[in-house]
Amino acid sequence: MLNDVTFGQYYPAKSFVHNMDARAKIVFVIAYIVAIFLADNFYAMAAVVLFLALAVLFSRVPFGRVLRSVKMILFVIVFTAVLNLFFSSVGEDAHVIWEWGILSLSWESIVNMIFLALRLFLLVMGTAVLTLTTTPVELTDGIESLLTPLKWVRFPVHELALIMSIALRFIPTLVDETNRIISAQKARGADFETGGLIRRAKAMIPVLIPLLVSAFRRAEELGDAMDARCYSGSKGRTKYKKLVFTWRDLVGLFVLAALITGVALLNHYLGGKFDILAYFF
Amino acid sequence: MEAVRFENVKYSYRGDEAFAVNGVSLSIEEGQFVAVLGRNGSGKSTLAKLINALLEPTSGRVTVFGMDTLDAKKTFEIRKSAGMVFQNPDNQTVASVVEDDIAFGPENIGVPREEIGRRIEFALDAVGMQAFRKATPSRLSGGQKQRVAIAGVLAILPRILILDESTAMLDPKGRREVMEVVKKLNREQKMTVLLITHFMDEALEAERAVVMHRGEVVMDGAPEEIFARSDELESYNLTLPRAAAVCKRLQREGMPVGNAFTAEELAEVLCASLQRG
Repeated sequence: MLNDVTFGQYYPAKSFVHNMDARAKIVFVIAYIVAIFLADNFYAMAAVVLFLALAVLFSRVPFGRVLRSVKMILFVIVFTAVLNLFFSSVGEDAHVIWEWGILSLSWESIVNMIFLALRLFLLVMGTAVLTLTTTPVELTDGIESLLTPLKWVRFPVHELALIMSIALRFIPTLVDETNRIISAQKARGADFETGGLIRRAKAMIPVLIPLLVSAFRRAEELGDAMDARCYSGSKGRTKYKKLVFTWRDLVGLFVLAALITGVALLNHYLGGKFDILAYFF
Repeated sequence: MEAVRFENVKYSYRGDEAFAVNGVSLSIEEGQFVAVLGRNGSGKSTLAKLINALLEPTSGRVTVFGMDTLDAKKTFEIRKSAGMVFQNPDNQTVASVVEDDIAFGPENIGVPREEIGRRIEFALDAVGMQAFRKATPSRLSGGQKQRVAIAGVLAILPRILILDESTAMLDPKGRREVMEVVKKLNREQKMTVLLITHFMDEALEAERAVVMHRGEVVMDGAPEEIFARSDELESYNLTLPRAAAVCKRLQREGMPVGNAFTAEELAEVLCASLQRG
């Protein structure tokens, strides 16, 4: 039931992208997302797609594996795309194809839909490249390091990073436990498969309560175990894994700068996304 | 040198008269392998937690290498010298990669980076898990997870290893794996071991067994000595090791066999008895 949870879906390989600094990769993904939403015509979008293709190529992760992460939210993409198709308001001079009450379909809304779907697709693909090439530990270390300035305003950066890494570590454990509880309740005659949505949601209560109780018990034991291993917060603590900024990150930085500049220039010189319609009308 | 000392220690979880540990006085020498036996609720786990200052005695005194567990300034030092492995291997790993988890302890006490690498090496070597350095703990077997947990404690370089029912949730194979590691540590590193268990057969590996009942130490001596007093043991709701129980029943039925504690010894005394008869 819950076996296809692919959180922390690290794909072990030796590649250019794998060897990059986690901090650099996080910054890249943020900049890449900015580029996705900055791109306002098909040429700029093509540049972003090209960048993503390069990233996948240099990560040595099979393309199908990256694509699989989109599968999980395919429904969300289709759903928002369809909504956008019929409900988007595109102004007075739109080339309307069909209209019925508040629903309308126009060539402009089709272009909008393509952009929205493409943006969501690129967004998920890009973040997937990050999680596929970076271990959860590197990722949390990276976030901790990037948030360091917040320590000056007494924000508990180290604690936040530790909470994240423990949460990641416990996901498989709790998934196993959930499956065990479901089996146990089924063995006592619980029914999870029939009935409407509300009935099925109600059937989950006898699963969630034992899960919650055991999660608290685990937390308490983990606390004891951490105490016993001399944990006392970030003070005086050393780090075994150190993040290092290398030439790879510098190369990546240039590529990234090229992407942002490219998108901005293409936006500026090659018009808006609706210009393509001028060829048809 | 004296590793652990209990002086008339009492401990109550709720702060009333229900003492989980009720007037225990005990001394453990460095290098000793001690098994603490007792049924559920006898106070044996509480005893363990009192040693590394996870719990503070309600009255009395607990010292570890002369350091008082009530002295807050010494808590860190005490936990460094008395490492503890718990029952559920899933609830004591913090990281999703074996080496990162082992690094957690040394990181906490501020060991430099290069030294942490060496300690991971040493700890994995001691528990025979070198091949799993980059593995994910959640994919390992119970015995392997528990060996990783032991390695995590060893990386702090403790002088006392406390195992709080660490074999209770394992299958027989996992139990054997963990016991082998513990025996080796005691033999080769002269590690003081405090093994808390309700498996009587495990106690036979120790050089000293302490029986707890209702928060008190009721028996203390060599395991063979303790198991020879079987009636007393049964009055505390404890059973004999399998082989010893077989001997006792044979003796009761009138067969002239000697005492045995392990399967090998049982085979020997049975052969001897049959040859005579």
